[in-house]
Amino acid sequence: MVHTQSMSLTELHLALLLPGPRHGYEVKKEHDAWFPDAKPLAFGQVYATLGRLVRDGLAEVVETRTEGGPERTVYAVTDAGRQRLEEWLTEPAPPAGTGPEDIVRKTVVALRAARGEGAARQVVLRQRTAHLRRMRELQGLDGADTDVALHLARRHAVLHLDADLRWLDEAVDSLSRPANAPATPPDAPPAGAPELGPLEETR
Amino acid sequence: MNAPAVELVGVSHSYARTPALQHVSLSVVPGEVVAVTGPSGCGKSTLLHVAAGLLRPQEGRASLLGQDLHHLDETARAVLRRREVGIVLQYGQLVPDLPLLDNVALPLLLDGGDLAQSRTAAQEALERVGLQDAAQAVPAEVSGGQAQRAAVARALITSPRVLFADEPVASLDPAGARQVLGLLMSAARLGGAALVLVTHDNTVAALADREVRLRTGSIEHEAVLR
Ligand SMILES: Nc1ncnc2c1ncn2[C@@H]1O[C@H](COP(=O)(O)OP(=O)(O)OP(=O)(O)O)[C@@H](O)[C@H]1O
Ligand SMILES: [Mg+2]
Repeated sequence: MVHTQSMSLTELHLALLLPGPRHGYEVKKEHDAWFPDAKPLAFGQVYATLGRLVRDGLAEVVETRTEGGPERTVYAVTDAGRQRLEEWLTEPAPPAGTGPEDIVRKTVVALRAARGEGAARQVVLRQRTAHLRRMRELQGLDGADTDVALHLARRHAVLHLDADLRWLDEAVDSLSRPANAPATPPDAPPAGAPELGPLEETR
Repeated sequence: MNAPAVELVGVSHSYARTPALQHVSLSVVPGEVVAVTGPSGCGKSTLLHVAAGLLRPQEGRASLLGQDLHHLDETARAVLRRREVGIVLQYGQLVPDLPLLDNVALPLLLDGGDLAQSRTAAQEALERVGLQDAAQAVPAEVSGGQAQRAAVARALITSPRVLFADEPVASLDPAGARQVLGLLMSAARLGGAALVLVTHDNTVAALADREVRLRTGSIEHEAVLR
């Protein structure tokens, strides 16, 4: 999943209004087209954010359309909104990687919760598989050949997975393999589920 | 139909005193892509050399397309390799005195192919890897990445049923890597070749159907990625 969650919702919505006035449904659709690998925006989220933009003078309501269907409020970005977006674009995002993520937490828990290196090794190996599967999925998706924005968003996701995988590789190599342990069977976790199974020492 | 194209059973091998492979078994079916990964020195290249019939293991057996490599004499093994197998080695695989064009045409020429036809096929293969303008250069006159692309073109020229590639994109930039991997993958996906891809790069391993990870000569972990 490409994470847009950390992108400020305010600026994201301002950007989505930039091409021209839109109602909430159009904002959502445009977002989902810009970030097709991301979690789709929820309607509730969109309307709440647009409401907040109007309250703060960053957007305004320009008309209320009724096209046979439900009444729809059309929003446009204001000059203040444009300026805010400009400032946001100028400011570099804070570099990530400061707090422990789930993959680190799970490994540390496996090691510290007295289950030992064998258990941690299983956690790490299963996580590697889940990461590789997600990477395979992302690399197999169409559309990035012709759309540079999509290509870049996907490469970002792939390279982040790669950074995790390098850490996981180092972790596997530094965790000792139980004596005489057979190679792990080629089943690994069910598709897409980096789920922690029971943390037994040997399988 | 799903008989393995590549099979290793209980393979062990040591160089002098260094154990490089210990009790390794592996099979790859036609059309399947297997990535062999693991830290430097864990035995990836040795595994590939054994599987491709370039190295006879001290223990265990290796077969290609159902033929036990132990039971073939050197000539029969060479013919099998030349006709059915494409190999991209990690280092120094091109003939230094030959221009890239003839290096790529070599598998066809060794198999008695007509010179003009083989060169035409080689020129087309070079075009597919973006090397049409370097056809007359000898290996010492091209970059590492260009030599690597020529080696891939040579491995693919016979449309082999089995492909072995040892770090085939290690010296390529992302765009060049995509191009070369695209060719190798379509040989498997469209051409039905069994592809064994040795790599330390996870983004390359993630193209495979299965990952086999080695650690100090034995299989540490296998993961189905499909
Ligand atoms: N010809 C040789 N003579 C002696 N030792 C060798 C030879 N080839 C490989 N080795 C040793 O055998 C072990 C496995 O080597 P191999 O080349 O298969 O590793 P690898 O996984 O391919 O490493 P890399 O990722 O660096 O290419 C290493 O310890 C290596 O030093
Ligand atoms: Mg090697």
